[in-house]
Amino acid sequence: VNELVLFLFFGSVALVGGVNVLFQRHPVHAALFLVASFLGIAGLFLTLGASFLAAIQVLVYAGAIMVLFLFLILLLNLDKEPFEGINATRGASALVAAATMGLIVQPLASTDEPALHEPARPLIESASASPIHVGQFLFREYIVPFEIISLLLLVAMVGAIHMARRPTPAELH
Amino acid sequence: MVDLNYYLILSAMLFGLGVATFVSRRNSIVMFMGVELMLNAANLTLVACARMHRPVDGSILSLMVIAVAAAEVAVGLAILLAVFRLRRTVNADEIRELRA
Repeated sequence: VNELVLFLFFGSVALVGGVNVLFQRHPVHAALFLVASFLGIAGLFLTLGASFLAAIQVLVYAGAIMVLFLFLILLLNLDKEPFEGINATRGASALVAAATMGLIVQPLASTDEPALHEPARPLIESASASPIHVGQFLFREYIVPFEIISLLLLVAMVGAIHMARRPTPAELH
Repeated sequence: MVDLNYYLILSAMLFGLGVATFVSRRNSIVMFMGVELMLNAANLTLVACARMHRPVDGSILSLMVIAVAAAEVAVGLAILLAVFRLRRTVNADEIRELRA
């Protein structure tokens, strides 16, 4: 299949998901559209040849992180939010978001920098981001960052358990 | 083959949507979703740009970003749970105990 077709398909899935995260008033609907957006981005990773990252994206983001979100929404029993209408805060935030998007997109769209118009083709064909290559680099060249990440995840796990724990009666007094 | 520019513009639009979600929604959980959208947009940029040089680097850096995002979500949602126990709300406008 043509790469452009894949790009347009997965890109529009990601964009539609993102738009709906912004506009859905029920948190569960927003979370489900966020899953759609993550899956679209996973498809883009596949299109770009990063198959390992696409698998990780589906497992960690669309799987683990979204389960965490949905679990918390259900635990807190959150319901659909009332429609606030257009107020000053919303207007200002729309302006901020539009400015952020515009200031990045406009220079990119109008540039004639040749590097940006080259097809994004891997220069080193052998070094694709397949699971084998990622594994070889991750456990040789990038072993220190890998270990730091594992330490970070351990710290985050201890922190999350501590924060979410219900205080014992003795601690409350 | 698709221009690198298309990927960058798409990820800029996703980043803008994440910013809009973060600043306009008042539900803290949905605000977190905006942060996740922004991180994903950054990952897309990393992978698209790395494809011109050494694709493995982009994948590994994105892997680090995903791990940090997972840690951030775990701690952040635990904090929200603790806040909800105290205040019975996750509305960012109503959580203002630290404000003078």
